Amino acid sequence: MANMSPKKVPIPEQEPQVRNRNFQEVALGYTAEQAIEEATRCLQCKTRPCVAGCPVNVPIPEFIQEVAAGNFDEAYRIITRENRLPAVCGRVCPQETQCEEVCVRGKKGEAVAIGRLERFVADTWMAGHQPETPEIVKKGIKVAVVGSGPAGITCAGELAQLGYDVTIFEALHAPGGVLMYGIPEFRLPKALVQREIDSIRKLGVEIVCNVIVGRSITIDELFEEEGFAAVFVGSGAGLPSFLRIEGENLNGVYSANEFLTRSNLMKAYEFPKSPTPVRVGKRVAVVGGGNVAMDAARTAKRLGAEEVYIVYRRGEDELPARAEEVHHAREEGIIFKLLNNPVKVHGENGWVTGLECMEMTLGEPDASGRRRPIAKEGSNFVIGLDTVVVAIGQSPNPLIRQTTPGLETERWGGIIVNEETMKTSKDGVYAGGDVVTGAATVILAMGAGKTAARAIHEALEKR
Amino acid sequence: MYKIIAKKQLNSAVEEMVVHAPYVARKCEAGQFIILRVDEAGERIPLTIAEYDRANGTVTIIYQVVGHTTRLLAALNPGDSIVDFVGPLGQPTHLARHTRVLGIGGGVGAAPLYPQIRALHEMGVACDVILGGRSREFVILEEKFAPVVENVYVTTDDGSYGEKGVVTDKLRSLVASGVRYDEIIAIGPLVMMKFAVLAAKELGIPTMVSLNPIMIDGTGMCGGCRVTVGGETKFACVDGPDFDGYLVDFDELMRRQGMYKEEENHICKIGRG
Ligand SMILES: Cc1cc2nc3c(=O)[nH]c(=O)nc-3n(C[C@H](O)[C@H](O)[C@H](O)COP(=O)(O)OP(=O)(O)OC[C@H]3O[C@@H](n4cnc5c(N)ncnc54)[C@H](O)[C@@H]3O)c2cc1C
Ligand SMILES: Cc1cc2nc3c(=O)[nH]c(=O)nc-3n(C[C@H](O)[C@H](O)[C@H](O)COP(=O)(O)OP(=O)(O)OC[C@H]3O[C@@H](n4cnc5c(N)ncnc54)[C@H](O)[C@@H]3O)c2cc1C
Ligand code: SF4
Ligand code: SF4
Ligand code: FES
Repeated sequence: MANMSPKKVPIPEQEPQVRNRNFQEVALGYTAEQAIEEATRCLQCKTRPCVAGCPVNVPIPEFIQEVAAGNFDEAYRIITRENRLPAVCGRVCPQETQCEEVCVRGKKGEAVAIGRLERFVADTWMAGHQPETPEIVKKGIKVAVVGSGPAGITCAGELAQLGYDVTIFEALHAPGGVLMYGIPEFRLPKALVQREIDSIRKLGVEIVCNVIVGRSITIDELFEEEGFAAVFVGSGAGLPSFLRIEGENLNGVYSANEFLTRSNLMKAYEFPKSPTPVRVGKRVAVVGGGNVAMDAARTAKRLGAEEVYIVYRRGEDELPARAEEVHHAREEGIIFKLLNNPVKVHGENGWVTGLECMEMTLGEPDASGRRRPIAKEGSNFVIGLDTVVVAIGQSPNPLIRQTTPGLETERWGGIIVNEETMKTSKDGVYAGGDVVTGAATVILAMGAGKTAARAIHEALEKR
Repeated sequence: MYKIIAKKQLNSAVEEMVVHAPYVARKCEAGQFIILRVDEAGERIPLTIAEYDRANGTVTIIYQVVGHTTRLLAALNPGDSIVDFVGPLGQPTHLARHTRVLGIGGGVGAAPLYPQIRALHEMGVACDVILGGRSREFVILEEKFAPVVENVYVTTDDGSYGEKGVVTDKLRSLVASGVRYDEIIAIGPLVMMKFAVLAAKELGIPTMVSLNPIMIDGTGMCGGCRVTVGGETKFACVDGPDFDGYLVDFDELMRRQGMYKEEENHICKIGRG
């Protein structure tokens, strides 16, 4: 008999006023007892709506059944048949709009905590096992992967398992993409990301860091000079957008990418032990309403800022961030200034002193289906600040499209692919993840990597 | 890991290092740079590619020891390795087939200037160079420039070597004496570039400069290196580092470069222990 509690088993978390001063993980994870209790809320529906809600079709009822029975290792094997990074997805997937959104239990009460269970299973496995070195029969065919974010890692892992010699080229000094430089430690511990990357290496994937495709080597050269038979481009959407308002180049104005990279990748929060500094000051405003903005705001708080604002030009309902992140941010004391649009950064002696905003109202829905913000004339006011972080979106870096003849892209820079195969307009070149969709999610990037791997395998088999 | 093949002291604060970095050496061109991290916990710093050897897969960097990371770098010796060394970054210099070009190198700026002047020389362009420094010690690479230029002029602030004065004094006197330049390439401290551009503007000579804002990734990902050029925001790492000097907002750049002065001083003291 299923556990009919309308609510999820709560996940233990650090207290908001404690965690907003440290970089340790916010959610502490289920114990085995809690996981089993939550697993028994699953009705094992024959129609499996939850599976269809997951972009990579994790066999959800099957793995949850094993959790309920206490067979955690078996549950792990079931998940990893479809999802290579369960410890990551269990933490950062927007479950509320994917697997959990369509869970039958969600009709009356809360959905089954699929994400938390996935995370529990992955963490339990990692605590008890080292990454395995499986026996793989090599084909002697080389495939190159550009970028080591979730798209690249997944594609590389799938191909390596099939026997290809896979080399990942990564521009930064550490692999992992946004998982490493963007999403903060308190949401996704870097040791976990490291562990996932180690397991890809165990499959025989070679990761070469400090190589910028388009600069150090071009895609054409990968084919002609290095003998790769196919190339997968998973280079993400790393180019930050700015507001293009007066004062944006003042000292103290950061892009979210710079702010988060300094903190996550370069470990500025350990300054001076780590030599890369970051400036936060006492009052910080983060402009934007997505996950990136929430991460920047919560990071600023942890770096010691006293007052941290989220400045967003639309309303609460339009915030693109995950509901859970908005909730966590509020708990930690982040102040939301909704329906406010920045128009100018004020400064003195070259440093930020404030952000001038205009109040907004919402009009008719625009092309994106969201209600369009309209400025209220004469409503300008200034928030006094030391630091402004701009988190209003990212697009693909132009480097690869500029150096790869024959690769067709959208006007905004996304690489155009056939969605069935992730094949681009250029022979032998596939692409997926944020570089195709624009800034999206980890799980969609992984799904694209997997689809591409399958198509690359089929194409190379036919040669 | 990137192995250090050779190292040479150029003066009390400037060193030259040859590093094995085949992915950089295979494609780099004059005007491009690399970013390195000395050790696992290190900061990423940009340095210009002074020379390269494609056959041996090596790249030469010339750096002035000014703070924490350059000091760590200077502590390494041939046989040691650098953990990260990525490039080539930035746009290669656009070199035009002029008749006569003047290079102006201030201090360690002579290092990034050298590959550009050498490339011009190889294209058959006649070049002169003015090397400026605080005193004799800070004038570097004179002997490297000698074979690729017609004249090497030296100025020092204190007159301890060459002519007493600053590079712009020499520029003005050369032009006054009737020498005609189609273009100036000025690389050095920001103040020097700012004043070189002002002088060149008065004299009506187009001037390219190479900018050195604070950088992290060097690939267009962070926006930390943004500079205002002709009223537009550019990322120096991908759009530059070379720009038309007439269009650069030097005052903004000087301010942005000083953004972490306090932290740099702090870590300097700790570093000295
Ligand atoms: C701060 C932040 C928070 C986020 N939070 C969430 C969340 O909670 N949930 C969620 O699902 N999604 C979240 N996202 C989005 C998610 O991280 C991305 O959609 C996902 O990482 C995209 O994966 P990718 O593999 O396409 O690219 P990326 O992760 O961007 O990886 C691309 C990699 O390619 C490298 N690269 C780029 N150009 C080159 C080149 N020329 N040569 C070699 N290497 C290159 C880059 O250095 C990078 O390592 C967040 C994003 C950010 C920035
Ligand atoms: C494209 C480019 C090419 C360069 N080429 C050379 C070169 O060929 N030779 C050379 O000696 N120097 C060069 N520089 C400058 C060099 O990067 C800095 O001197 C170096 O980063 C100082 O680091 P530090 O830790 O030793 O000193 P710090 O104490 O950290 O800083 C000293 C000074 O260096 C600047 N600086 C600090 N960190 C950075 C950073 N991450 N990026 C850029 N500047 C920074 C600061 O303005 C500061 O005033 C170049 C810079 C750029 C952007
Ligand atoms: S991968 Fe994401 S969407 Fe799929 S089941 Fe796991 S948490 Fe849900
Ligand atoms: S929809 Fe919900 S209850 Fe049904 S099988 Fe999926 S997780 Fe279990
Ligand atoms: S150094 Fe980061 S964008 Fe230029």
